[in-house]
Amino acid sequence: MEKLSRIGGRILQAIPPVFGVIVITFLLTRALPGDPAVFFAGLMADDGTIAQVRAELGLDQPLPVQFVYYLGDLLQGDLGNSLTTGQPVLNELAARLPASLELTFAGLFFAMAVAIPLGVLAATRPGSWIDHLCRVLVTAGVSLPTFFTGLFLIYVFYYLLGWAPSPLGRLDFLYLSPPPVTGFYTIDALLAGDWEVFWAALRQMVLPAVTLGLFALAPIARMTRAAMLSALSGDYVRTARANGLGGARVLWIYAFRNAALPVLTTLGMVFSFLLGANVLVEKVFSWPGIGSYAIGALVASDYAAVQGFVLCMALLFVVVNLVIDVVLTLIDPRVGLES
Amino acid sequence: MAPLLKVETLSIAFKTRKGDVQALHEVSFEVAPGEVVGVVGESGSGKSVSAYTVIGLLDQAGRITHGGVEYDGKPVEGRQRELRGREISMIFQNPRAALNPIMPVGQQIGDVLKRHALAGRTDARAKAIELLKQVKINDPEERVDSYPFELSGGMCQRVMIALALACSPKLLIADEPTTGLDVTTQKATMDLVRDLTKARGMSVVLITHDLGMAAEYCDRIVVMEKGHVVETAPVVQLFTSPQHPYTQKLIAASPGPRSELADLTGGLPEAPPSIAPPRKREPGPERLLEVVDLVKEFPKRGGSFFGRKPAPFRAVDGIGFQMMRGESLGLVGESGCGKSTTSSIIARLQDATSGSVVFDGQDIVQHPAARFARMPERGRIQMVFQDAHDSLDPRWSAAEAIAQPLRRISGMRDGGEIARKVAELAEMVGLPANLLSRYPHQLSGGQKARVGIARAIATDPLLLILDEPTSALDVSVQAVVLQLLDRLRRELGMSYIFVSHDLNVVRLLCERVIVMNRGRIVETGTAEEVLHAPKDAYTQKLVSAIPHFEPERLRAS
Repeated sequence: MEKLSRIGGRILQAIPPVFGVIVITFLLTRALPGDPAVFFAGLMADDGTIAQVRAELGLDQPLPVQFVYYLGDLLQGDLGNSLTTGQPVLNELAARLPASLELTFAGLFFAMAVAIPLGVLAATRPGSWIDHLCRVLVTAGVSLPTFFTGLFLIYVFYYLLGWAPSPLGRLDFLYLSPPPVTGFYTIDALLAGDWEVFWAALRQMVLPAVTLGLFALAPIARMTRAAMLSALSGDYVRTARANGLGGARVLWIYAFRNAALPVLTTLGMVFSFLLGANVLVEKVFSWPGIGSYAIGALVASDYAAVQGFVLCMALLFVVVNLVIDVVLTLIDPRVGLES
Repeated sequence: MAPLLKVETLSIAFKTRKGDVQALHEVSFEVAPGEVVGVVGESGSGKSVSAYTVIGLLDQAGRITHGGVEYDGKPVEGRQRELRGREISMIFQNPRAALNPIMPVGQQIGDVLKRHALAGRTDARAKAIELLKQVKINDPEERVDSYPFELSGGMCQRVMIALALACSPKLLIADEPTTGLDVTTQKATMDLVRDLTKARGMSVVLITHDLGMAAEYCDRIVVMEKGHVVETAPVVQLFTSPQHPYTQKLIAASPGPRSELADLTGGLPEAPPSIAPPRKREPGPERLLEVVDLVKEFPKRGGSFFGRKPAPFRAVDGIGFQMMRGESLGLVGESGCGKSTTSSIIARLQDATSGSVVFDGQDIVQHPAARFARMPERGRIQMVFQDAHDSLDPRWSAAEAIAQPLRRISGMRDGGEIARKVAELAEMVGLPANLLSRYPHQLSGGQKARVGIARAIATDPLLLILDEPTSALDVSVQAVVLQLLDRLRRELGMSYIFVSHDLNVVRLLCERVIVMNRGRIVETGTAEEVLHAPKDAYTQKLVSAIPHFEPERLRAS
């Protein structure tokens, strides 16, 4: 019961940042140069038409009133129309978001699958070759920029070895995209029972996911190693050993569960970084996600689209951190009582 | 009878960057079935290292270079994993950290039971409750689901005992099990350990720095110094006719209810007589300090998100006392009694909720703590802190630490003058001049304590507040520091408020004692009265909980 109210409180705390993000995206577009009324009125418009368009758009109102209109539109799910395609921004984002999320999750999964066992092994054998390997990977991960890793992987695995498919989007043009359910091609293909498409989608995803994963791996491995080292030297691990508990149980149930708490916090941060790193990786691999969409919109000065993208990213950040906090509250009995 | 545990000419070396360091030198002792053996010594004597070797939890850098350990007639080497928990178990100091913070205590007990096949999935919980009942935890059915942070330190230590006794081992190793606990909790915990182990016919190795504890609970005592066993003797013999000079020194340095300050170092003051001329004090009111109706409240955390705020917690609940010029006053009580809060309000490090503190004719609580720090009165009240190490800036040398108040409070600017004054202060506290350029990590505990004292007396204060200044020190160092403090008070004409949980130490330094409990004063009197004829029920409980080793009493029993 106490936990539920704490989680409820945490969810309420997520509201102010969301509101702040909305205010900032609103002000951002108003601060940008250019007059949308002039743009919409067309090249041939005279002052009268421009004023008319401005009144139609509500731009002659004071800023707070405009903000209320904007909020009203948001509540109806209206993010405006893209200037370049004329489509509603919401629809375009909704179509591209799953591609980005699928890639990010795949990258994060790869990073966790490598970094956590590596960190644990490095912590249990400090000074061994695996500890050194961990250190080398961590250093490489932080020092190589994603666009370089991406191009390097393409060069080696596509151009030199020919193992990877051409880095052009989510699916080779030989295949039809699976019927959309979740928007994740791999999952949709599995749901449709189409193994061929599943493998094709997976093959397309490997290189960009590894690129992202290498970037995400460093902080996770480092945090896992440090947290495991401190847990293993903790008094409670000594107690467990003194009472004869076996190596595996001490390692996983006593040490790792405690070490998982800071690692989880890091994961939330890493996920947020990955959303940012996505923008470059999507460009390199021609991945039709919201990152490449945002770059296109920025280049074309498509304000509604940029606004929608910023809002969408900010909401994702808030949601990710909220989820991490709720999970931490559920597994750590001390949350909210310390300090 | 064949010994249950036999440590034979055991030598341990630790690998460090500077080469091997010998931690134990051919240590030998035995523990018979049912016997309670105390291993006493100061820090660095190797008492914990021997215990960890027995149970096989020695740090990876440590290795046996000679001798070995036998349990039940067979070497333990290679079979410690099987012995742990089932045959030999261990309890540690700092019990709250020694329990898994994110697992309910009942589950931790269940884990140990399951590991040794003494319980299955279905009955682990019931058996854990049964064990909690045996260690006298109230409401065991509820507590079995508690997390360590929800329990007090004493309760956590009981859970530790339940864990250690879960599989009915034959030998219990207790490593400073009550260090950091209050004396009444310490007594309750140790009585419990004694009763439970006696009922099971277990042997106990009690590792402690506290001779009183060892005398109270052990049959035989092994005295260790710097990795050597210097003396082994039955309790009465050890305390009535100690053979080794180190044992004699240790016994003399432990303050008992009747010892005098000069006795602590065997009648010889270790510090040279001071060269400082007695200070001439400006005349002031005879009454140096008057505390009237002092209250400090802390807002309580918690309550649900929508719920109302709980009533604030009163740490100090309307206390009042007076202090004369040159007097030394002891403030005694257990953790949470409000003694530290009171002292830090008087030292103007914290603001009071209400009440007044009149110091030298002036009410000082009306100035907020932040402003008081810049007032000239700041130099008149100084503090010596509990942890001599943590209260020194690790990046400042001893000289810089002592010079800081001279620059900041006394407003001295001239480098040469400051250096002269620092050297003079160092000499007064008996800190060799060649140590002044050292950093805290290069100094021993006693030397750091001296730096802390020199820093506190640098501004020539009228009132010195000493917050457990010796509780982290070894007894022999404590003895010297106490003598130093007593001498400085007489020579410099200061007044002391000595905050401590240890009545025996307070008695040595203070004429008058105030006993606090739950934010209130329960008893005031001369140190002798309070210690030997306490009137209040709480004080009586406190005094009777102090472990003693009076030779006369031991001889009589």
